[in-house]
Amino acid sequence: MSGNSLIACHECDLLHHLHEIPTGSTAKCRRCGMALHSPKADTINRTLALTIAGLMLFVVANIFPFLAFDMKGIRTETTLSTGIRLLFEQGMWEIAILVLLTSILIPFFQLLALMYILLPLLLNRTPRYLALVFRHLQNIQPWGMMEVFMLGILVSVVKLAKMANIIPGLAIWSFVVLIFVLAAASATLDSHAIWERVKIKSAP
Amino acid sequence: MSIHTKTALSAGLLSCPSCHMLSKCPETSSKGKLACARCGSALHRRKPNSLARSWALVISAFIFYIPANLLPIMKTTTLGHTQEDTIMSGVIYMIVSGSWPLALIIFIASVFVPLAKLFILTYLLISVQRKSQWRPYDRTRLYRLTEAVGRWSMVDIYVVTILVALVNLGNLATIEAGMGAVFFGAVVVITIIAAMTFDPRLIWDNMEFDDE
Ligand SMILES: [Zn+2]
Ligand SMILES: [Zn+2]
Repeated sequence: MSGNSLIACHECDLLHHLHEIPTGSTAKCRRCGMALHSPKADTINRTLALTIAGLMLFVVANIFPFLAFDMKGIRTETTLSTGIRLLFEQGMWEIAILVLLTSILIPFFQLLALMYILLPLLLNRTPRYLALVFRHLQNIQPWGMMEVFMLGILVSVVKLAKMANIIPGLAIWSFVVLIFVLAAASATLDSHAIWERVKIKSAP
Repeated sequence: MSIHTKTALSAGLLSCPSCHMLSKCPETSSKGKLACARCGSALHRRKPNSLARSWALVISAFIFYIPANLLPIMKTTTLGHTQEDTIMSGVIYMIVSGSWPLALIIFIASVFVPLAKLFILTYLLISVQRKSQWRPYDRTRLYRLTEAVGRWSMVDIYVVTILVALVNLGNLATIEAGMGAVFFGAVVVITIIAAMTFDPRLIWDNMEFDDE
C-alpha cells in the first residue's frame, strides 16, 4: 500500500494527505468528521471466511422452515419466501418485489460478489471484473435490509403471540446468525485495500 | 495526517464517488463524459442536478405519504368478517390492546422517521439554496442521520409480509396487504433515493476557509 496519498473527503470535499495509518484505527476528516480511511488487519482472509459462512447460512435460511403458526390446531408452515409468494398471488407485486430484493436477492448478490472478489485475490490473482463488481457491491449496500426484516419478524411474532402458537424453525436461527456474519464481513472489509488491487488502465 | 486547506474542486481535482481516486479536472468544460480511470464510475464536480432531483423526490415522497396513511395497509378477514387497518389505526389498536412497545416501534418507524427525514431534507435543500453558512458541521450530521435511519421505515412492510405468510388459514383467518402498503413502500424507497441524490458537499461549498 502506498504510504502517502491524497484523498478528498466524500462529504465536504476537503483534501487530506493520508500517511501511514495503523490498522484498526480510522482517519477522519478534519472539517466534517467523515471517516476517510480505516485499514483492517488481514482483510481478505477474514472477510472471505465470513463470506463462506454467510453463504452456507443463506442456503439454510432459505430452504428450511422459517416460522410455523398454530391456531386452534390448524398449522401453517412458512419459509422465508412464503410471504413474497402470497403477495404476488394477491396482486401486490410492487411490495413482493421490494421485499424479495431487500431481504433475499441483494444480500445473496453481496455474498456472491464478495466471493468473486476475494477468492482470486487470496490466490494473488485479480478477478477480471473486479472494479465493476466491487463498485456495484458498494452502491447496492444500502438496499440490503436483513436487520430491518429481523425487527419485522420480532414485531409480527409479538403481535400474533396472543392469538396463536408460533414455532421458530431452523431457518430463523440461521437468519439471525447471518445478519451478524454480514455485519462482521462489512466490518473486516478494507475497501481501500481492494481498490489498490485494481490495475489502472491509463494515467488520470 | 497533514492538512490541506483546499477542496478537491478548488485544486482542480475530481473525486471518484466509488473508489475515492482523484482525477485531474479537464480545463475545458467539454460535454464529454468523464469516467474514473480505476473503476469506471462517472465523474462529476458535484452530483449532477443534485438540488433539482432531490426536490423532485422529496415532493413526490410528501405526496405519496398521504395515500400511504389514508389507504389500508392490511386487510384481515376472520370468519367472513373483514377489517381494514391503516398505519395509524394499527398503532392505536396496539396501544388499546396494551402492546405499547410495538405501538412505539411502528409509530417511530412508519410515521415519525419518514416525516422527520422529509423535513430535514427540505431544510437542507433550502439552506443550500440560500447559501447558508450556519453550522455546516451540524447540518452534515443531520444529513448523516437521515441516511442512517431511513432503512428502518421498511419494518412495517416486512411486518405485513410476515403476517400475510403466517395468517393464511383459509376460511378461518387470512391477511392481505392493502394499497396503503404500496404507497408506503414507495415513500420509503423515494426518501432513501432522495438522501442519496443530495450532495452534502454543497453544504460546505458556501463556506470560506477562515482558519488559515
Ligand atoms: Zn469532510
Ligand atoms: Zn473510481
